[in-house]
Amino acid sequence: MTERALPSREVSRRPSARAWRRLEQNRLARVSLGIVALMTLACFLLPALLHLDPMTTHPAFRHQPPSAAHWFGTDGLGRDYAARVLMGGQTSLLVGLVATLTCVVIGVLYGAAAGYYGGKVDEVMMRFVDFLYGIPYMFLVILIMLMFSESARGNPLPVFVALGLVEWLTMARVVRGQVLTLREREFVLAARLLGAGDFRVIVRHIVPNVLGIVTVYATLTVPTVIILESFLSFLGLGLKLSWGQLVSEAVSVVNPIAFFWWLLAFPSGFLALTLLSLNVVGDGLRDAVDPRGQR
Amino acid sequence: MALPAPLLAVEGLTTEFRSEEGTVRAVDSVSFTLSSGEMLGIVGESGSGKSATSLSIMGLLPPRGRVIAGSVALGGTDLLTLGEAELCRVRGRRIAMIFQDPMTALNPYLRVGEQLVEGPMLHLGLGEREAERRAVALLDRVRIPDAQARLRSYPHELSGGMRQRVMIAMALLCDPELLIADEPTTALDVTVQAQILDLVAELRRERSLAILLITHDLGVVASTCERVLVMYAGRVVELAPARELFENPLHPYTAALTRSLPRLDAAPARRLEAIAGLPPRLDRGPFTECSFAPRCAHVHDACRVADPPLTAAGPGRLRRCVLPLSPP
Amino acid sequence: MSAAEGLTVAAGVAVLGAVAWLPPRATRVLGALFGGLVAFAVGRAVWGVTGGVVAGLALAAVLGRYGPATVLRRLTFLVPSLLLLVFVTTLLMYHAPGSPFAGEKVASAQVEAALRAHFGIPHSAVEFFGIYLRRLLVEGSLGPSVKVQGRTVEALLAPALPVSLTLGLLALMLASAGGLLLGIHAGLKPSSWSDSVSTVLSALGLSLPSFVIGSVLMVVFSLQLHWFPVAGWGGFRQLVLPSVTLALPYAAYIARLARGGTIEVMNEDFIRTARAKGLSETAVVLRHALKGAILPVVSFLGPAAAGIMTGSFVVETLFGIPGMGQWFVRGAINRDYSVVLGTALVYATLVTAFNLAVDLAYAWLDPRIRSRP
Repeated sequence: MTERALPSREVSRRPSARAWRRLEQNRLARVSLGIVALMTLACFLLPALLHLDPMTTHPAFRHQPPSAAHWFGTDGLGRDYAARVLMGGQTSLLVGLVATLTCVVIGVLYGAAAGYYGGKVDEVMMRFVDFLYGIPYMFLVILIMLMFSESARGNPLPVFVALGLVEWLTMARVVRGQVLTLREREFVLAARLLGAGDFRVIVRHIVPNVLGIVTVYATLTVPTVIILESFLSFLGLGLKLSWGQLVSEAVSVVNPIAFFWWLLAFPSGFLALTLLSLNVVGDGLRDAVDPRGQR
Repeated sequence: MALPAPLLAVEGLTTEFRSEEGTVRAVDSVSFTLSSGEMLGIVGESGSGKSATSLSIMGLLPPRGRVIAGSVALGGTDLLTLGEAELCRVRGRRIAMIFQDPMTALNPYLRVGEQLVEGPMLHLGLGEREAERRAVALLDRVRIPDAQARLRSYPHELSGGMRQRVMIAMALLCDPELLIADEPTTALDVTVQAQILDLVAELRRERSLAILLITHDLGVVASTCERVLVMYAGRVVELAPARELFENPLHPYTAALTRSLPRLDAAPARRLEAIAGLPPRLDRGPFTECSFAPRCAHVHDACRVADPPLTAAGPGRLRRCVLPLSPP
Repeated sequence: MSAAEGLTVAAGVAVLGAVAWLPPRATRVLGALFGGLVAFAVGRAVWGVTGGVVAGLALAAVLGRYGPATVLRRLTFLVPSLLLLVFVTTLLMYHAPGSPFAGEKVASAQVEAALRAHFGIPHSAVEFFGIYLRRLLVEGSLGPSVKVQGRTVEALLAPALPVSLTLGLLALMLASAGGLLLGIHAGLKPSSWSDSVSTVLSALGLSLPSFVIGSVLMVVFSLQLHWFPVAGWGGFRQLVLPSVTLALPYAAYIARLARGGTIEVMNEDFIRTARAKGLSETAVVLRHALKGAILPVVSFLGPAAAGIMTGSFVVETLFGIPGMGQWFVRGAINRDYSVVLGTALVYATLVTAFNLAVDLAYAWLDPRIRSRP
């Protein structure tokens, strides 16, 4: 609109610099990032540091409320609940990380290919994505989980990968959209006119511009995956010790006589706090990269 | 030559916008009058405050904008003192406004007829049938073929020129006294521009309509307006009858503008003259020198001392410049 | 995965992709045909063969003559994707470790072979697919349940379907109404109390899995306050907690969409034109802004319905509601192939039907869509 004469203090016009500034100013996002970091450290370091033991049962100490001996109380089999919650956190957080990585790798490759080659290739690839999208994801997840459930007892890795396999659709779509737009932008055209080959164009021009949006969606995918895993654990289909499964156990012992609030409160609280913080960080990133955006 | 009382008298209108970087004074002490049946052109580049002026008159400023001083007298009543309900009775009924882009200015989700009848039904108390008849008559007048059928069309089914005609018809349905046209031809092809301008001129004669034409296009102003107001940096820098403005501009900015127009009778290889530099920032508080000084080809020390006031420069002429009155 | 299976999947995907290239005439014909086919299947289940034929022909005729292009395109997509869905689900089940007959008192191979023949579950996925399709189209049956002795899948699902539908529709209505009201108000007055409430609600909805919300609601409102019964199905009071739990995350998202849509519409030029005509702010919002503000919510209703459906698995489990979700989960755990496929088919058809309705609603709201071929 109105052009202004540049004042003596230069305002940086580079998009990434402005994005950083916006992110720095977003206090809520920074606090949330801190919370996520703390949570991760707590879940992975505390059990070892404090020699917490999630497995040993103490029948004499069943359903004890929180105390000095057991910070989070004990469960129905007398096991230390703090240990169980923290170790459960390890599972949930790890799921989030690995599944998201899978999702990013597959989604970016697929989406970039579709977007870059365009035309019929793109249409076919996207039709397939549309089809998969049309299947309510819970189906896919449950069915895929079944495929891996036996081996899940021993090695949880396939489960993580399976969860990521379900989430790559959104990432692929987003990346494809971005690549399509970028492809038509003048700077790509300029690069090609200057003789840059496909590879160089992709690496030097397209990838850096896609990184931003990939980071945003990856950060938003982590909580989605964690919720997905917790749903499955709740239904009894998931991994052995995770927050979702702990909540499920807590709910199963609900009865009108005695309510063991700590069984429900701690895993739910940790889950909610982690997810909330991750979402805030993701939103903050998205606002930083595209302040006007609603998507 | 006793002039009748002006229809519209704007006096010292000042409008500010709040922004992240401070307060921008988009309209600074703007004054002018407009009589019935007269056509006044407001000319200026983007950001000169011309659109903000018209929005201030209508009370249609966005939430970040506020009129902080001045008065806008329509037939004696100061519009700025009216409450929202009273303003709604003025808008569309006594003052109508048409905007730049007819595609976005019409509601794409409603049929043309539905949008046309709103005004008459609200302001003139007409029933739907009557309002439709009135709308068809006016659509015919603005030369839209098959007007009755067009009532059921959606805006996206019409061409750009037709949409602008619909907007004009919509504005005139309640017989307003004043029409504000904010860049009405900017989004149209050149040939369609001419048609629309002719149409507006005809309608003005028929209805004794006062028209405020806002544009950045000098060519449009030259062919249609009786008087011209030139705005720069949110203030009036020159006011003159159209012919005199073009033949003898008295402000260096106006002179530069007229010189920058491409001319059919100029030598083919002649370079187009542009005005060097950029318009000033409007969030730095009152001007301590002439707002045009950084870009003026005739700048003197006297220009940097203080912000020049608006002074008379002949019959019906005003200018904001301290340089002596000789042709630049 | 054997070569035959892989090829079939690839062929299915290719067919799906090919649907994109069909010329409009072909889409119209195929769409009408497939629509008729579905009407036949449903009509046959409800009214018998003649009823099915009548329903099928009637719908096909109507669609062919009057159906809007978007609807027909969805229908052409429908049947191939249902087929592909069944096939892929079958494949997944077959390749999952465990079989329906593991853990039974299966002594010898002959007994197992007999069982397999009885239930129509051969060793190969492709064969199963064939048997299943034949049984579906010719006999109109979804097959016998492997685990629940002597009952067919449709007999098991019939009482469960209305339950899930009621729950789902109620949740959808709650989510839409609540979300729209909150979101539009927040959009009209940013930074007011409704804006803060909707932001907090969105945050909660996104970060609390529905079983956590449900558990908390259950504990607070059932156990402590005794306002509602804890679980089960039957009366009005049993509807409240489950539908609220199911609706909450979607209400949060819809509020966000409505808020964004409202803000965007109110910034459009035609709102300024409407004000310039002298319309009061109420008239401006109701007549001009509302349609545009609702549009993003309408397009979300399709995915929302699908999400509510899958969310119902968890909510039904939590509150002990005898709906289709429970059957699906149980079937998956017990490797009851027929039940799993039956529920999958019903769900997929429901979701497509709902998406069709959403398409029609969208076209009605936004006339620009209607003119596109």
